[in-house]
Amino acid sequence: MREFEYTVKDELGIHARPAGLLVKAAKATNCRISVVKGDKSADATRLFAVMGLGIKQGDTVRVTCEGESEDEALLQMKSFFENNL
Amino acid sequence: MTVLHGKGASGGIAIGVVKIQFGNETCIKRAHIENAEAEIERFRLAKERSLTELKELYEKALGEVGEANARIFEIHQMMTDDEDYTEAIENLILSQQVNAEYAVGVTSDNFAEMFSSMDDDYMKERAADVCDISSRLIKNLSGSVAKASLLPENAIIFAKDLTPSETVQLDKDKIIGFCTQQGSKNSHTSILARTMGVPAVCATETELPPEFDGAEAIIDGSFGTVYINPTPDIREKMIVRQNEEIRRKELLQNLKGKENITQNGQKINLYANIGGPSDLGEVLANDAGGIGLFRSEFLYLESDDYPGEEAQFQCYKKVLECMHGKKVIVRTLDIGADKQIDYFHLDNEENPALGYRAIRICLTRTDIFKTQLRALYRASVYGNLGIMFPMIISEEEISEIKEIILQVKSELANAGIPFNPDTEIGIMIETPASVMISDILAKEVDFFSIGTNDLTQYTLAADRQNPKLDAFCDPHHKAILRMIKIAVDNAHKNGAWVGICGELAADTSLTELFLAMGVDELSVSPASILPLREKIRHTSVKDRREIINKFL
Repeated sequence: MREFEYTVKDELGIHARPAGLLVKAAKATNCRISVVKGDKSADATRLFAVMGLGIKQGDTVRVTCEGESEDEALLQMKSFFENNL
Repeated sequence: MTVLHGKGASGGIAIGVVKIQFGNETCIKRAHIENAEAEIERFRLAKERSLTELKELYEKALGEVGEANARIFEIHQMMTDDEDYTEAIENLILSQQVNAEYAVGVTSDNFAEMFSSMDDDYMKERAADVCDISSRLIKNLSGSVAKASLLPENAIIFAKDLTPSETVQLDKDKIIGFCTQQGSKNSHTSILARTMGVPAVCATETELPPEFDGAEAIIDGSFGTVYINPTPDIREKMIVRQNEEIRRKELLQNLKGKENITQNGQKINLYANIGGPSDLGEVLANDAGGIGLFRSEFLYLESDDYPGEEAQFQCYKKVLECMHGKKVIVRTLDIGADKQIDYFHLDNEENPALGYRAIRICLTRTDIFKTQLRALYRASVYGNLGIMFPMIISEEEISEIKEIILQVKSELANAGIPFNPDTEIGIMIETPASVMISDILAKEVDFFSIGTNDLTQYTLAADRQNPKLDAFCDPHHKAILRMIKIAVDNAHKNGAWVGICGELAADTSLTELFLAMGVDELSVSPASILPLREKIRHTSVKDRREIINKFL
């Protein structure tokens, strides 16, 4: 398993639109991607679960990638977060 | 006349006809089913139909209201197809042997409740999206067809709340306003109204009886008031206000993108004063050429403890990025006097305006100052930053500041953190002392920014917080205007540019004088930019000396 931490810069936090994009991006990898905030974790391919974390601007989340090509997935997710959140 | 009070969700005034939009409320009945497999199949078919419809709605909205507003239907597709949501529905059908409509209804309530209970105004509103996608599924399960509504010309839509799919089905050409019983500024209806540029009032909490359908209504989106069957008095008043707003909009249209140039070709920069990133929308909407005064105090006032370097850095970076290379001048912490912050534990003072404040705090508590400067220099690579220091009275202060800047730069360089070493630095000219030695100070900095509010109170020895002294606190006093002239001349003679960022900058009765003095920049509240631009474009500055003599 590979993981990284990220602090959300978007003013609205992970609101509907970026959550939707995140689901798309997570589905495009062939890894299990999870977003962890505090003691709550969400499968990144599930929109309601991701939105339910209620991630706001300034929150730090942990993103984990698990699967065969997890190095590649990690890079993809990292660049997704940096460009969209 | 019936008057409804709500919240203004989109500004402006519209006079039109009430069109009550009845929600298609369906009553869901619980029914026992024998074949759960077949019921799940029925649900999946309804889901496929919903997804197809949403795809079509997305295309329709894309053409009508643009990508940003259409995107919601893409989100709705994802919500409809969300595994947690669909699994919950199918599990209910399977475990409780209930009809799909009921399973969707229960699941919808649960998911909507999750959003409603979230501690975030934006997320709370997303409960409406859950209800919207669920009603669509139920509609597709029961096979009922939504009836297309015919709108009168100049329709003002009255509804409980409008779901995105309801709004997209409305004929936008005929709608001139919205009024909803529920919702907030973040509701889809409010967002749509702002995109369409029509007024909207939300949260009236009053259901309009059906007999009002077709009545005359006036909606005032700036004050959040709706008048139905208005009296002639109110109608006349509102028409006057409506005309004023139209004129203001025309001003905006005519002046946006135009240069700040006088009749005889003299240019001046018009920048905006802001109190934080939340003002950026106004800055861009009013076409500011840059930010001339970013008051950094809000970072400290909004916080329960000293704001850290990272949080400050993110904030400055965001503003710089938003301004796309236009000048952004951040004023370092200016507290004390009328701005107090608990965790600074400042002593009570006899004369706070003449007391321990602004740069005086920063130069004695250098840890706080250095944190801010590090954040600023780190952010400097993301745009065109200028840093400005308040309440300067001596060149020694500038030397001390420069010493600390050197330390910050070398720390950043040693840590390999990029920064722009040529970031412009400037000082506020707001004390008589700084005016008197402005020739000396100008050699040390890149720019001056004249803070006329404090300069007025210090020059006239009249406390600006004391309402009894209003008559004495006259910023048009020749002493103030002469002070400004001295500072401008000394800046220019010694290679610095000079702006004015106090209230006086927006005073159009002095614009001619400031142009004659050769002031390089005026920084004003965003709403003052376009009226000031209009003034400048109608001014001609031929004989500078004559104008200056007239005022001074």
